[in-house]
Amino acid sequence: MQTTSGPVHPGWPARLHVVTGKGGTGKTTVAAALALALAAGGHRTLLVEVEGRQGIAQLFGTDPLPYQERRIAETGDGGQVLALAVDPEQALLEYLDRFYKLGAAGRVLRRLGAIDFATTIAPGMRDVLLTGKIKEATTRTEAGRRVYRAVVLDAPPAGRIGRFLNVTAETARLAKVGPIKTQSEGVAALLRSPMTQVHLVTLLEEMPVQETVDTLAELGELRLPIGRIIVNAAQPPLLAAGPTRSALRAGLAAAGLPAGREVVAGLHAEAREHLAREQRQARLREELAELGHPIVELPLLAGGADRAGLGTLAAALG
Amino acid sequence: MPSHLALDADAILADPGVRIVVCCGAGGVGKTTTAAACALRAAEEHGRRTVVLTIDPARRLAQSLGLTELDNQPRLVKTDGDGGGELHAMMLDMKRTFDEVVEAHTDPQRAQEIFANPFYQAMSATFSGTQEYMAMEKLGQLRATGHAGLEWDLIVVDTPPSRSALDFLDAPARLARFLDGRMLRLLLAPARAGGRSMFQFMTASFGMFSKAVQRVLGAQLLRDLSGFVEALDSMFGGFRQRAERTYQVLQDEQTAFLLVAAPEADAIREARYFAKRLVEERMPLSGLVLNRVHHTAVPDLPAADSQAAADRIAAAHPEAAAALRVHATLVQQVVREQRMSARFTRAFPAVPYLEVPAQPTDVHDLDGLRAIGAALRPAPAPA
Repeated sequence: MQTTSGPVHPGWPARLHVVTGKGGTGKTTVAAALALALAAGGHRTLLVEVEGRQGIAQLFGTDPLPYQERRIAETGDGGQVLALAVDPEQALLEYLDRFYKLGAAGRVLRRLGAIDFATTIAPGMRDVLLTGKIKEATTRTEAGRRVYRAVVLDAPPAGRIGRFLNVTAETARLAKVGPIKTQSEGVAALLRSPMTQVHLVTLLEEMPVQETVDTLAELGELRLPIGRIIVNAAQPPLLAAGPTRSALRAGLAAAGLPAGREVVAGLHAEAREHLAREQRQARLREELAELGHPIVELPLLAGGADRAGLGTLAAALG
Repeated sequence: MPSHLALDADAILADPGVRIVVCCGAGGVGKTTTAAACALRAAEEHGRRTVVLTIDPARRLAQSLGLTELDNQPRLVKTDGDGGGELHAMMLDMKRTFDEVVEAHTDPQRAQEIFANPFYQAMSATFSGTQEYMAMEKLGQLRATGHAGLEWDLIVVDTPPSRSALDFLDAPARLARFLDGRMLRLLLAPARAGGRSMFQFMTASFGMFSKAVQRVLGAQLLRDLSGFVEALDSMFGGFRQRAERTYQVLQDEQTAFLLVAAPEADAIREARYFAKRLVEERMPLSGLVLNRVHHTAVPDLPAADSQAAADRIAAAHPEAAAALRVHATLVQQVVREQRMSARFTRAFPAVPYLEVPAQPTDVHDLDGLRAIGAALRPAPAPA
């Protein structure tokens, strides 16, 4: 294992990478690929999820993740990705234990439902706990060295990300003094520092792009540091123009394929529809480029997001 | 999937016995669009007085339904069709719905106290379960009050894009449990606590416990919380009853659940999870609507053959070669999607299933919704 205290990856300078995007854009897959990319070269990274979906375990085909950092993948060159599913209840008990030595009282709290209350009902509290745990992992050192080169968060979707990351605002309304306020201020400082970047995953489709635009505006207002726009499942352009029927007929004949009217009409229609889509995607690419943030495109994985596919995406990111 | 049970969603929309259609599923699969298309079809093709309750629709879709402001009231949508049907649409305003519930349960002065409490303000606007609870609350209201003195023929509900499939079914009960909560009352006013054994159990560790709570939450937060619970005290019981009633309405045979998914790994996984839950909870699951399914116009030409042919003729016939590559990519996608949908149909062979073809452009006008509505009938079996 190489030192993890050296400089961070030149293309991905942050220590904490928050990966969000509209539902269905593949942010879990992208987060996992980024964790792999940043582990390449013999480093150690941590991939975190916070919504209890067990998306990481499903992606890697393992048993559900416990509240414990476990190795989930390795790179060919000695790098390791560890994974953690942060559970708010466990995070609260850990927090109480660390700061208040509340072993037995913690159990009483749980039995009375106070933990359930604090983690699911008290607004903002849950997010302070989740982000607090992420901060702890991001800044953790052992013998003066960082434990993780980078932490990648498979974050809540774009529609909730602003609220999730804006921890101080949510808790300030409720807790004007006290440890919760201190904790949330510490988290907020990390999230607004150059140690953090928020990346937005999108597809070249209208609604995800619109949501990317809206989310960037929201994150900007909250002064959260924006990293890259990651266009997932991009396909290289295949067509310069729609082929004519006669060109199709000639080509099919030359290839020794049936060139009947139905085949020609079918391929013609498919090509035209595809061309229209490529033109729409070109417009969406321009729209994204105008936002002024670096963009990286990831290829569509024909074989799905298996381990080999994740390697392909990691290579495209790194 | 010819061997699988076909879902006729259109027949459900036409059935006068069906009064509520719930569209549920993961985020990003076209749930809101499906809900709007169902409602429009019921109004235009089946002459029903329909209302669609949407949660956070995409802006252009909302505009196409005439929803420009969040006013928590059904608005008539200008539609075609002369069968006597009407389409009304509304967007859920979570906070306002919560305020209405409070007003309905308490006197005006108490209501004002509650509204002023920071705890209430935070919870009514941000608690992750509030949206789910209020969607169900609004459904209950729509069902009870109707419109212009008449009951709705059909209420179509979109569900919130939850953290997980569980939230939609669980959050109302969880929120009700909290508002109804014995724990909170014990916590805030142990002397008033009912249930002697609970109290005795608590006294042993209560000193440590309350000190811990004070330290972690802070005294000011506890004071606000105490005020909130005091103010809500008169309403305890009401919330739970309402949540239970709504739950029963959902289980009723007048209700039809349409599970919405897209042929992608995450969405199918969520759909399987959702189907399992709905079956376990005995919710009337009518079937799966699989959105954005691709088709090829030339099914007899496999991807590999098309790709190989493209390579052979690339130099002499570049245009045709490009078209063959497009075809190969499309067929690969079709095959991938079939594999995805099989993951659902194999796990739930008894759940009927319907494919809605991918639309050439994003749907954000009534014509687009009509096209989807027309696809809600299963394709006629090939002769």
